[in-house]
Amino acid sequence: MIRGAVLRAAAVAAGALTKGGSSALAPLEGGQKYAQALGASKAWSRGYATNSHDHFNIHRDSPENNDTTPFDFTPENMKIVKEVLARYPENYKRSGVIPLLTLAQTQNKGFLTLSAMNRVAEVLETPAIRVYEVATFYTMFNRSKMGKYHLMVCGTTPCMVRGAPKVKQALCDHLGLSDYGESTADGLFTLSEMECMGCCVNAPMIAVADYTKGVEGFTYNYYEDITTKDAVNITEQLRRGETPKVGSQHRSKCEPAGVVYEDKWVPTPEGTETLMGTPRGPYCRELKKEAAEQKQ
Amino acid sequence: MESSRALARLWRLTGPTGLTQARAMLLGRPCWSQQQTQQQHNSFSSSSSSVPEESDEEKKMPDHMMSTIVNGKEVWVPKGSSVMQACDAAGVDIPRFCYHPKLSVAGNCRMCLVDLENERGMSPKPVASCAMPLAPGTTILTDTDRVKKAREGVMEFLLLNHPLDCPICDQGGECDLQDQAMHYGSDRGRFVGQKRTVVDKNLGPLVKTVMTRCIHCTRCVRYAKEVAGVEDLGVTGRGGASEIGTYVNKLMESELSGNVIDLCPVGALTSKPYAFTARQWELKPTESVDVSDALGCNIRVDSRGTEVLRILPRNNEEVNEDWISDKARFQYDGLQRQRLNVPMAKGAGSVLKPVKWEEALTAVAEAAEGVSGEDMAAYGGKLADCESLIALKDLANRLGCETVQCEDVGQGVPDADLRSTYLFNPTLSGVDAADVILMVGTNPRVEAPVLNARIRKAQLEGVPIGMLGEDVDLTYPTTHLGGAPPLSAKKNADFSLALDQARRPLVLVGANCDPAVMAEVEELFEKRRETIEDGWNPISVLHQSASTVGALDLGYGAAPKAVPEGKKLVFLLGADEIDVPEGAFVVYIGHHGDKGACRADVVLPAAAFTEKHATYVNTEGRPQHARRAIAPPGEARDDWKILRALSEVMGHALPYDDLRGVRSRLCEVSPTFERIDEAPQKATYLGPKHKKGKVGAKTVLRTTIENFYQTDVISRASLAMAKATQARANQ
Repeated sequence: MIRGAVLRAAAVAAGALTKGGSSALAPLEGGQKYAQALGASKAWSRGYATNSHDHFNIHRDSPENNDTTPFDFTPENMKIVKEVLARYPENYKRSGVIPLLTLAQTQNKGFLTLSAMNRVAEVLETPAIRVYEVATFYTMFNRSKMGKYHLMVCGTTPCMVRGAPKVKQALCDHLGLSDYGESTADGLFTLSEMECMGCCVNAPMIAVADYTKGVEGFTYNYYEDITTKDAVNITEQLRRGETPKVGSQHRSKCEPAGVVYEDKWVPTPEGTETLMGTPRGPYCRELKKEAAEQKQ
Repeated sequence: MESSRALARLWRLTGPTGLTQARAMLLGRPCWSQQQTQQQHNSFSSSSSSVPEESDEEKKMPDHMMSTIVNGKEVWVPKGSSVMQACDAAGVDIPRFCYHPKLSVAGNCRMCLVDLENERGMSPKPVASCAMPLAPGTTILTDTDRVKKAREGVMEFLLLNHPLDCPICDQGGECDLQDQAMHYGSDRGRFVGQKRTVVDKNLGPLVKTVMTRCIHCTRCVRYAKEVAGVEDLGVTGRGGASEIGTYVNKLMESELSGNVIDLCPVGALTSKPYAFTARQWELKPTESVDVSDALGCNIRVDSRGTEVLRILPRNNEEVNEDWISDKARFQYDGLQRQRLNVPMAKGAGSVLKPVKWEEALTAVAEAAEGVSGEDMAAYGGKLADCESLIALKDLANRLGCETVQCEDVGQGVPDADLRSTYLFNPTLSGVDAADVILMVGTNPRVEAPVLNARIRKAQLEGVPIGMLGEDVDLTYPTTHLGGAPPLSAKKNADFSLALDQARRPLVLVGANCDPAVMAEVEELFEKRRETIEDGWNPISVLHQSASTVGALDLGYGAAPKAVPEGKKLVFLLGADEIDVPEGAFVVYIGHHGDKGACRADVVLPAAAFTEKHATYVNTEGRPQHARRAIAPPGEARDDWKILRALSEVMGHALPYDDLRGVRSRLCEVSPTFERIDEAPQKATYLGPKHKKGKVGAKTVLRTTIENFYQTDVISRASLAMAKATQARANQ
């Protein structure tokens, strides 16, 4: 059954490829239809930001985000700032921009206000635009107000093939959101899409950034091998203030114990070690024998 | 004066070489050689890369050069050159967007791909030539099929998101992307998605942005960071989402912001005042010089019919490199406003009324009748050219008048007979060679922004910059040493040490500094005379007006703030900042209806710098020609012609009738004018020339310019400059 599923997925993927390939050569009309089918127009009209919750790569003043919003590092965090800066030579202070922005973001409940970025620039003695550039470049810096828990669904190919769209749909339905980039009305959750987070073996997965406990208790956890039910369950646990199981929801690490297939955890059949059977042992050349053969 | 006349005679007899030798003889010291520093600082200029001649096989390659082969042609380039510089030296055209010789190498447009070949074979893939250092034994191939295909690929990517709005784009006709698309572009693309759109940014009233057209070459970002020194521009976002901007709503607070328009290879950054006015091929270019400050920046005046439509910089490595200030670039609309275009004389009720030229000239002659020369005064203005200055002086002298002065000549000029006391002696390019710079009572950021960029370049190379006077933001860090001299060594030991060890110190003195301040400065170098290189004169006077040095060369003195009481006839040659007391009969010869014309009894309309063939001498003593781009408006005439006509009516006809005649008269007065476009030879430091005095203990030296954008009649009449002033005030 599992072998069949893999083959089917491959066939679907191949189909998509041929479709895409032919449309590139096809007349414009077909191409446009294809682009619309991909939802390109919708995504693009939303703006051109690097991540899915910030809408622009330029700043727009808002009540909670402007250059007068109060921000300064707390005394405890200032110690961390000093530790960070001690790692770099005096004249290369700006090397510390990423750790400091991370610190500022965690302290500021998950997002960087303009004043926070300005403060970082001030600490680093660098022009503010150099900090803005970094903050807009990296997807993990948020520049608009975030929920307390930032749910990030991996949308890259292995997770997508393994059911990430279903997970996204389930989370949207459960939280009452319509798309990525939105937050719940109670300000508890923000749902985003992320690129590959390196958990392809345990696809699909979500990552959750927890901004409820400040810099000290900040966590950024992966929840792997999730079905829609698991995803909803995790959000509910978070809402109740519980700690969901971190890592794979169905196995201990990434041993070949099974796979999420069609929104269900399917254990590996008895007697096989991988989905395709038992792997062959490593092939090693018998050098002495080969040398003897060559001599002959 | 005596010595300069002797030099002029020698010059006529022996030509420039003889003069150099003669000057060296007169000064009793060998001339400071400019070649040394030129080699260090302009190692990539076209003169230093030579191609060996085929006939001369034995010609030996200098040690600092290396040889390569570009498309089968051998070329010699300095070691450390990039592949692109070798191609340029070989005369092979490499398409480019992000590379600019005055900026750091970014290597992000990928348009300059070439193939390289060495003894191991062809490069595995085409190489970005701008960012690739030339290695020994490398052959460059720019015409292979692979290179052509690669460049076509790059061009297709660039055109994916570039809008097809050339018909409504101001860059159309002079666009790098348009030109290169003619070579490497396809007539159709394979892109089927929606094109990207980007929010336009507000960079102020001078630079217009259409950010959708941007191809992310980042020239403007590098320019703002490296040359202008205002780190406001940056690239936000990434990949297809990246955009150029300030992120926050902020103006580009630079006096050199207009240069991003020239740098932008597409129509993303264009001139706001020039928007939608003309196509490049409709314009008549005229090579000229700028008069908005004393640097004499080389410009190109683009005109159509009777209007100047824009002003662009011309490259001159010795003066302005590739840049001009915003005032030089955008003040041209002032040439259309407030113009005096008919002669006027005061009639009944003391109101100026248009009259005929004859009537106006006769009115002046009548007023002059019976007035002795001692009761007359003649004042040159900020924008007066040398031709009209000499005509005014000759006329005044013939009338017996010796009060011939020029406004905006600093009080620190003691002795106009010695040129080196009022010139920027090390020359502007000498800033690159200086090893320590001290500024006294000057703010080059507003007095000469282009020079400020050059000083900034020196600062970035590690030259210590000290500042005496108001502690202003010059876009680079300076060591503030106090409000006025004396320079105390205790205040900053590091800087004093640098000054003690300097071989080529440069002291930038504001033209309005007190003679006592100048004396203090000279004393500073009197102590250090032994360490200073032979032939190097550290005194660099930075004047503020285009006319100043020319006027001093021609024997004008410094004008007071107000005309002394008792003068009965006053000639104002575009002099607007001198108060004239009641009772004097004022003849105003100028082109703008500003303060001077309001006070005048007779107004004689003259030509602005774009409307006449004129000579201006810049702050380093380099005479340059401004050329006529358009005709003067209405009945206005060239200033010197007006004075010539007036002299005839007054019965003291001047002995020249044409431009050549005036110019030979200029040469008679000063040999400077024989050598157009040349800065004077390095003048050895001759010791103190100023009388010692007392500098007030609480004095803080500062520039007299309050608003950079509005300093003379043209910029005061300019709408663009008014808007820029307002925008800066609102920031």
